[in-house]
Amino acid sequence: MELKRVVVTGLGALTPLGNTVAEYWNGLSNGVSGAAPITRFDASKFKTQFACEVKGYDPEKYFDRKEARKMDLFSQFAMVVAEEAVQDANLVEGNFDPDRVGVIWGSGIGGLRTFQEECVNFANGDGTPRFNPFFIPKMIADISAGHISIKYGFRGPNFVTVSACASATNAIIDSFNYIRLGMADVVVTGGSEAAVTEAGIGGFNALKALSERNDSPETASRPFDQDRDGFVLGEGAGALILEEYEHAKARGAKIYAEIIGGGMSADAYHITAPHPEGLGALNVMKNVLRDANIKPEEVDYINVHGTSTPLGDVSEVKAIQTVFGDHAYKLNISSTKSMTGHLLGAAGAIEAIAAILAIQNNLVPPTINHFTDDESFDSGLNFTFNKAQEREVKVALSNTFGFGGHNTSVLFRQFID
Amino acid sequence: MSEIAEKVKAIIIDKLGVEESEVTPEASFTNDLGADSLDTVELIMEFEKEFNVSIPDDQAENIATVGQAVSYLEEHAK
Repeated sequence: MELKRVVVTGLGALTPLGNTVAEYWNGLSNGVSGAAPITRFDASKFKTQFACEVKGYDPEKYFDRKEARKMDLFSQFAMVVAEEAVQDANLVEGNFDPDRVGVIWGSGIGGLRTFQEECVNFANGDGTPRFNPFFIPKMIADISAGHISIKYGFRGPNFVTVSACASATNAIIDSFNYIRLGMADVVVTGGSEAAVTEAGIGGFNALKALSERNDSPETASRPFDQDRDGFVLGEGAGALILEEYEHAKARGAKIYAEIIGGGMSADAYHITAPHPEGLGALNVMKNVLRDANIKPEEVDYINVHGTSTPLGDVSEVKAIQTVFGDHAYKLNISSTKSMTGHLLGAAGAIEAIAAILAIQNNLVPPTINHFTDDESFDSGLNFTFNKAQEREVKVALSNTFGFGGHNTSVLFRQFID
Repeated sequence: MSEIAEKVKAIIIDKLGVEESEVTPEASFTNDLGADSLDTVELIMEFEKEFNVSIPDDQAENIATVGQAVSYLEEHAK
């Protein structure tokens, strides 16, 4: 059977750099850091006391109080970006068949704060179970897709993918697959995460995964810098409307870009450490190029996973050099996590948006916070350090890798009829 | 209005996000105040916590209106 073409017709973003797609892109293109001291809880006893939080978020702007109370923050974030994307795509009653519109969302963790609060309440009691009836439906990661479908009446395929920091990219790939196989016309996809909690920071601190640069939060996320010391936890969400091309054309939708490939692989090596030679990363990029049926030379920009950890950044770059050979020197590479921090299961969503907007604007957002070269990296590579670079971006690749050794890549191309 | 009735009303307004004027003694949680089955369970739990009582499931099933909640709690609250 012939696979259908799939295009991006709407975007939504709620990020540490801004609470709409326009604000997000403004932050990205100007090299702004989203990191600041933690406000969501008292972090004074934690090794890491800063994060990339969403700023100025007022749930009452988006929900009535009763509705907000029944949703963990990660679901609220999902609803906010889904609304922006649905409006942006101009999906209005009558121009789609609700039975053919799916919601495939990604979240690495789900309702961590809800889980934490309910367990604390129980532990502080006398052993009598007084769990709130909304505890489970607030906590489970898949509820985000459920909420979106209920609000809009989208009755097509509906689920959430869980693959740690690769979750949203898995959601995007699944959405792409269902549409190109003809099983849906439109899918609302993306991801959301809200793990800046005591359990989230404490848990990642215990893994020694987080930067502890408390005296300078805004320079802490510094991928590829010699003095990088871990990732900065972020929160927020991104949404993409993926749509079958003929469907989009028939309803006169604006088209941001075409999604042309999805790749997946596993490291099969260690629960948290990347494969030292980047084997999984290498395979996933080969897979995505093969799926899209393009040559490595056609890629202009790679939005890397690049979390600013000592090991991960090295193995990913090794993989890029193996896959792209000499072309690696002609690419722009950047880690937008230098600005947004690491949104875990939502990272793939906001980074896919960064890749799409790079194509739209012919501008590569930078890897900020570069101070000192690290000899581990080939100095001939262009990491787009510190300042955005103008260049024609026809094809952009986005990598995301998750604990468990899950690797995912997606390819977007400038749309040409 | 009794102190218990005042507290019951405040809990209902808070949990169901309704206006004070809607919380009449005859108002049914599900038919008039927009509660679903989970909201009703949550209300019963809040009553238990606020008034330090344990409401058995078979009795909770009979508390469907504001007035029924107030009567039950006036009888059982410690």
